[in-house]
Amino acid sequence: MLKVEEQTPVVFSSELLAKFDDVKSRYPVGKEKSALLPLLHLVQAEFLWVPTSAMDQVAEYLDIQPIEVYEVATFYTMYFLKPQGKYALEVCRTGPCCLVGAEKILDHLENKLGVKEGEVTADGLFSFRGVECLAACGFGPVLQISPEYTFYENLTTESVDKLIEDLKNK
Amino acid sequence: MSRKLLLEHINVPGINTLEVYRQKGGYRAVEKALKTLTPEEIVEEVKKSGLRGRGGAGFPTGMKWSFLAKPEGVARYLVCNADESEPGTFKDRYLMTYIPHALIEGMIVSSFALGAKVSYIYVRGEMMPQIRILEKAIAEAKAAGWLGKNILGTGYDLELYVQPGGGAYICGEETALLESLEGKRGNPRIKPPFPAIAGLYGCPTVVNNVESIAAVVPIINDGGDEYAKIGIGRSTGTKLISASGNLVKPGVYEIELGLPVEEFIYSDEYCGGIANGKKLKATVAGGSSVPVLPANLTLKLANGEPRLMSYESLSEGGFATGTMMGSGGFIAFDEDQCIVRNTWNFSRFYHHESCGQCSPCREGTGWMEKVLHKIEHGHGSMDDVDLLWDIQRKIEGNTICPLGDAAAWPVASAIRHFRDEFEWHIKEPVKSQQQNYGLASYATPIEKAPVTEEK
Repeated sequence: MLKVEEQTPVVFSSELLAKFDDVKSRYPVGKEKSALLPLLHLVQAEFLWVPTSAMDQVAEYLDIQPIEVYEVATFYTMYFLKPQGKYALEVCRTGPCCLVGAEKILDHLENKLGVKEGEVTADGLFSFRGVECLAACGFGPVLQISPEYTFYENLTTESVDKLIEDLKNK
Repeated sequence: MSRKLLLEHINVPGINTLEVYRQKGGYRAVEKALKTLTPEEIVEEVKKSGLRGRGGAGFPTGMKWSFLAKPEGVARYLVCNADESEPGTFKDRYLMTYIPHALIEGMIVSSFALGAKVSYIYVRGEMMPQIRILEKAIAEAKAAGWLGKNILGTGYDLELYVQPGGGAYICGEETALLESLEGKRGNPRIKPPFPAIAGLYGCPTVVNNVESIAAVVPIINDGGDEYAKIGIGRSTGTKLISASGNLVKPGVYEIELGLPVEEFIYSDEYCGGIANGKKLKATVAGGSSVPVLPANLTLKLANGEPRLMSYESLSEGGFATGTMMGSGGFIAFDEDQCIVRNTWNFSRFYHHESCGQCSPCREGTGWMEKVLHKIEHGHGSMDDVDLLWDIQRKIEGNTICPLGDAAAWPVASAIRHFRDEFEWHIKEPVKSQQQNYGLASYATPIEKAPVTEEK
């Protein structure tokens, strides 16, 4: 459910708008709505989530109705509709990864970070969630970290601990 | 060693760069196609090759191309389906990561054959690293004159763009993919019209899988007839198999179609057997959507002959004793794995990924997930197994796109082959929470199967 909360409107920088222009130029005239998914990714990379005010501005930029942006942002699972940790960890929880221990990794993250799935740690650094198949089944368990979507394979509880420490010290 | 067409140079350092890719004979197919062949001749070569769509459906690629409508003055599009999301499948990620130019070369040749001036590679959004790799490779190719205006002085123009998805399995269905590429929710379209008539922006469009497009390169280099000599029967050429689960060496393997399944699982050239010295219990041979098979039927057909990695042999016996090639996502389960738990996991996946358009799928997938959760957690009753059977039957064939079928088949096959294990969970609610059922009695390889299927 899309919950529209009071938010301070975000401001798009000229650099971000230049990236928007570049994406928009890939489609035929009159078909610029095709840029919607890539633009939302750019927004998320900038603000680490997709606030409603950003969706409204994207709608204005593409000359479409705000609802056309909301319905897309809520349909696709990658767009965060509420703030996440600076590092949003997404662990694959689908069949093949579970055969090699993905559930253990999810439990371990919950203990290690001290937050439930979808919550953000007090220092604002981490959030995590289980996601469906990340197409790396032969190298499971796997996790990715947005917004760069860096990828970590063949996870063990030890390698997850090290990863968390490395990110904390970054 | 079997022949490698796609992964021949995978271990060459720097093969992801244009320079090294060129040294290894890369972009020869573009030169040959654009300078010496007509678009019709290229389509003809692909038809002769017998190449079948590598994304899962297995439809002949050349035939798909020949259906493309060519009305005067209307743009035509080639869209590459790189939305690889089928659980168990990771070959396209591998190909794009290590040999991005193989896909780009295939895209140029295929776009030329179809008369497309603008082509898109729709990559699932989670593969941002691969998107960056492809964009870099496209920039390299463009700077060297392989893309853009007047390629090789032939007068052919082509622009190639990478489009990220947003994280939705359904966008691997070609019409949902086109909707998504148009900036909408990924709801599959009702067919007809097929994309070949009205696809992207209502224009004639071909959607092909990454591996299918990459396979066009060796087909043009060596000729369709040469390609068709590899493989067995109507399963021509080589296929990338993504091997995962409890195997000694999971990973991506290029096989010549027709390789015995037993050799693929146990030989050191491929998966090297089951990990930790365990026994094989079951396999899902073509990605999570295809029927699960117990070990005996994985290795041998119902008549006792060896089962082969080919479209025909994997589906031999229909769903009663066979499965499907699918996308080539080969998942192996050892004796410690629980079929009920895995079926529940897959059902959760399909429930999560259903686009919600068709009631049988939207409601049915959630219902199956709940019933399976109940059985797995020791609260099931005997009626539940029949209920599951009933639900899956009412989903199959009653939806706009094949996601409904894909959700039904794993459940149906699990009950068909492993009903004992479901019933054990129900009869032993406490024990089943503490231990697994173990190796099914019929999961040991047998010499001769007791049932012969009627044709």
